[in-house]
Amino acid sequence: MAEVKVSCDEARHLLKQMMQIRQFEDKIMDLLAQDIVQGGSHLYAGEEAVAVGAISAIRPDDYIASTHRGHGHCIAKGGRLPELMAEILGKATGVCKGKGGSLHLADVATGNLGANGIVGGGMGIATGAGLSIKMRKSDQVVLCFFGDGALNLGIFHECLNMAAVWKLPVVYICENNHYGMSVSVKRACAVGDLTKRALAYDMPAESVDGMDVLAVKEAVSKWVGQAREGNGPSFLVCHTYRYYGHSRSDPRVYRTREEEEEWRARDPIKTFSIRCVQEGILSQEEVEALDREVASEIEEAVKFAVESPWPEPEELYEDVYA
Amino acid sequence: MREITYRQAINEALAEEMERDPRVFIMGEDVAIYGGAYGVTRGLYERFGEERVRDTAISEAAIVGAGLGAAITGMRPIVEIMYVDFMGLCMDQLSNQVAKIRYMFGGKTKVPLVVRTEGGAGRTLGAHHSQNLEAWFIHIPGLKVVMPSTPYDAKGLLKSSIREDNPIVFIEHKMLYNTKGLVPGEEYTLPLGVADIKREGEDVTVIAYSRMLLFALEAAQELAKEGISLEVVDPRTLLPLDIETIVGSIRKTNRVIIVEEDCKTGGTGAEIGMQIVENAFDYLDAPVVRLAGADVPMPKSPVLEELAIPSKDRIVTAVKEMLAGGSSL
Repeated sequence: MAEVKVSCDEARHLLKQMMQIRQFEDKIMDLLAQDIVQGGSHLYAGEEAVAVGAISAIRPDDYIASTHRGHGHCIAKGGRLPELMAEILGKATGVCKGKGGSLHLADVATGNLGANGIVGGGMGIATGAGLSIKMRKSDQVVLCFFGDGALNLGIFHECLNMAAVWKLPVVYICENNHYGMSVSVKRACAVGDLTKRALAYDMPAESVDGMDVLAVKEAVSKWVGQAREGNGPSFLVCHTYRYYGHSRSDPRVYRTREEEEEWRARDPIKTFSIRCVQEGILSQEEVEALDREVASEIEEAVKFAVESPWPEPEELYEDVYA
Repeated sequence: MREITYRQAINEALAEEMERDPRVFIMGEDVAIYGGAYGVTRGLYERFGEERVRDTAISEAAIVGAGLGAAITGMRPIVEIMYVDFMGLCMDQLSNQVAKIRYMFGGKTKVPLVVRTEGGAGRTLGAHHSQNLEAWFIHIPGLKVVMPSTPYDAKGLLKSSIREDNPIVFIEHKMLYNTKGLVPGEEYTLPLGVADIKREGEDVTVIAYSRMLLFALEAAQELAKEGISLEVVDPRTLLPLDIETIVGSIRKTNRVIIVEEDCKTGGTGAEIGMQIVENAFDYLDAPVVRLAGADVPMPKSPVLEELAIPSKDRIVTAVKEMLAGGSSL
């Protein structure tokens, strides 16, 4: 494992965001069980290093497009926990006024072009944002997140091709959590090495350990730099794992408990905390304090969400048209 | 006023709006060097350059999806889908992404996107190049659906569509591109959601849009010789629908025939007819009549194709039958 090359402040920031996502997701699992969160929710626990590592490599004015498993991206891009939690509960104070929910979580003000209820649904949006950046002669970039399940959709191929032909400033980030709902990537995808998918579009590609926040950050920084300089899109595969099932009704019969334990042993928060302590960047006490600080933030977010009012009936017809 | 074609009117609207607003750009299949499959964008590539008039790969989903992404990040794209029949390839982008994103985000974004496409029968192109799918789009809240029948309307409505902050499906008709009409040389726009009474009359209201409007006007002319007076109403925008103007006309004539080129079952006429029943039932002296396309995939043979859509003669016959039936009430 490489030496940790981060400042104390940055390490704290990365660790805190990963903890926020983990505790946010664990809390939602509780709230689902209590039926305080109704409907479904796809949880990002286990994959924190991808969102946090990637988004820490871009600027606030850059864009991201997210997925149905989008809470982590939203938090990492700067979404405020109380408004995000309220949105997931469908409350009027939610970041989308309770009209989007978990599947459409989007704090547009932070440059987040939205979670998406359709697999691969953000790919066209991200590609178009890249086109817009290029036409406006801006130096912004777009991070387009999607899962391994999106790799076999037509829109994936159409967008990668379009971005490559026009040299758009988009980094396509595949979060390979190894299962599209229940079907393993090995059973769904004709190529074993997923980076090969980029070869067809003459796009540079790289595979990275998606459980290592610094490795993700380093790779994304490199490709973002390329994109900002006008060198076009790239394709990054982050190998990771979702701890919970696809959704709350998922009994996880398609994978073994041993496999789950192997991935949990490489937990991105645990391993990064240990590294920071070992390298003397953060003390054990600081790590624990951070954990408690996040826990109280999450409690406040839940309190805000639970106590928030439901949308007024007249909201039903608002916002269909500008 | 000058007389120009429907094609030229649309071309002028595109050019003027691109001139007015640097955020407006065009992308689609064969729109640049070729000038569009029906020649609508001819000359724009030469005038505005390849950055703003973009040929794309044959990738309908990416064209509409990228149009959306560009629209919510500061641009005002006009994307062209060569045939309305190809909309199936981008229907998820249109229905799930384009139409819903503003609502799902609680109103925190705007989608200034125009999807221009072209449909209709008349060139014996068969079932993949001749459909009328407007009923698909009016079933999607968040979209506006525009179907102009004349060069004047096409130009004014397209300019307004490009200035809208909502996504527009703008459906042209392949058999109208060469039709001519008076169009002012000076700047004008037409409001969306406002119907136009194309001919005033007393006896029967005929509601028709796109190419069917022309057939309705021909029928009106023929019937006038027999002393029968048709009021021809062109909704121009199917979503939102100007039901007030339609009801106003029915209050005068007490009879209505809807002429539509799309398939009858679940078609646009079903929606217009039901809105009439909801809003004007007391004014009707006869049941609402629909003249619609046959419930078949569009056949290739010119003989069958003609049978599959309404005609001037069918409108004339329907009017006479309605008036005969009405007199026996």
